[in-house]
Amino acid sequence: MKVNELAEGLSLECLYEGDGEREVEGCYCGDLLSWVMGRASAGDAWVTIMSNVNVAAVAALADVACVILAEGVEPDEALRGRFERLDCAVFRSGMAAYELAWRIHGLLEGRQE
Amino acid sequence: MDALKLHYDVDGEDFSAAGEASSNVKKVLRQLGFPQEAIRRTAICMYEGEINVVIHAGGGFADVTVEPERITIVLTDHGPGIPDVEKAMSEGWSTAPTKVRELGFGAGMGLPNMKRYSDEFRIDTTVGVGTTVTMTVNVTQGQ
Ligand SMILES: Nc1ncnc2c1ncn2[C@@H]1O[C@H](COP(=O)(O)OP(=O)(O)OP(=O)(O)O)[C@@H](O)[C@H]1O
Ligand SMILES: [Mg+2]
Repeated sequence: MKVNELAEGLSLECLYEGDGEREVEGCYCGDLLSWVMGRASAGDAWVTIMSNVNVAAVAALADVACVILAEGVEPDEALRGRFERLDCAVFRSGMAAYELAWRIHGLLEGRQE
Repeated sequence: MDALKLHYDVDGEDFSAAGEASSNVKKVLRQLGFPQEAIRRTAICMYEGEINVVIHAGGGFADVTVEPERITIVLTDHGPGIPDVEKAMSEGWSTAPTKVRELGFGAGMGLPNMKRYSDEFRIDTTVGVGTTVTMTVNVTQGQ
């Protein structure tokens, strides 16, 4: 499933467009950056409530397919300023990480049927 | 290809710039056409090392040597050094201050990540003098 299709399926608010055509391979939920670095896989949709500038560096270097800010968190100024240097899309949702992950699982499973 | 050598100053003050050197290395490796997996492993190792130099040592240097079959990362600082390396290497151990933890650091997973994603990993540290972390990522074609 492509990033854009996922965003549409979850009614995500788009904060930065990035590469909407990229394939989403899975999902990782986490806020502690070294856990995300070490455990997220390339191509994951990364769900987090972290909203500072370091999110951009981690997203790029861990090579995730997109970032989804959960619980309606607001990215700070510095993070917004970094968006344009990202390859990946950034979204926001009012849903909690659990609900997002559960729905992403459903969408990705649906793809395989 | 001759070995390509990259040198970076890692600013210890500026948190928003942390990750700049790692991002640049990633860009260079991409342009050179290295396999995705080697790029990703290098990016993870280098970022964790770079952030540690910023957070725990007040800045330092990064030297990266790029060869077709391996990428070598050396991070050097003149910070406080690490009194107990074994403890520092264990998952979950961290001395990161609260203000740094609020940014999402301080899980105590950085050094374990560096060891896990590199093929060779070495710490030389002296309390009161500084720390040098050396990592090698072997490049396997067709990854
Ligand atoms: N360059 C360094 N200089 C001095 N101390 C260091 C250095 N690098 C690591 N340490 C020490 O080793 C500990 C563990 O490092 P590690 O990177 O594993 O975790 P962390 O940086 O505290 O948190 P995380 O990396 O998960 O955000 C640090 O908390 C710090 O005490
Ligand atoms: Mg660390």
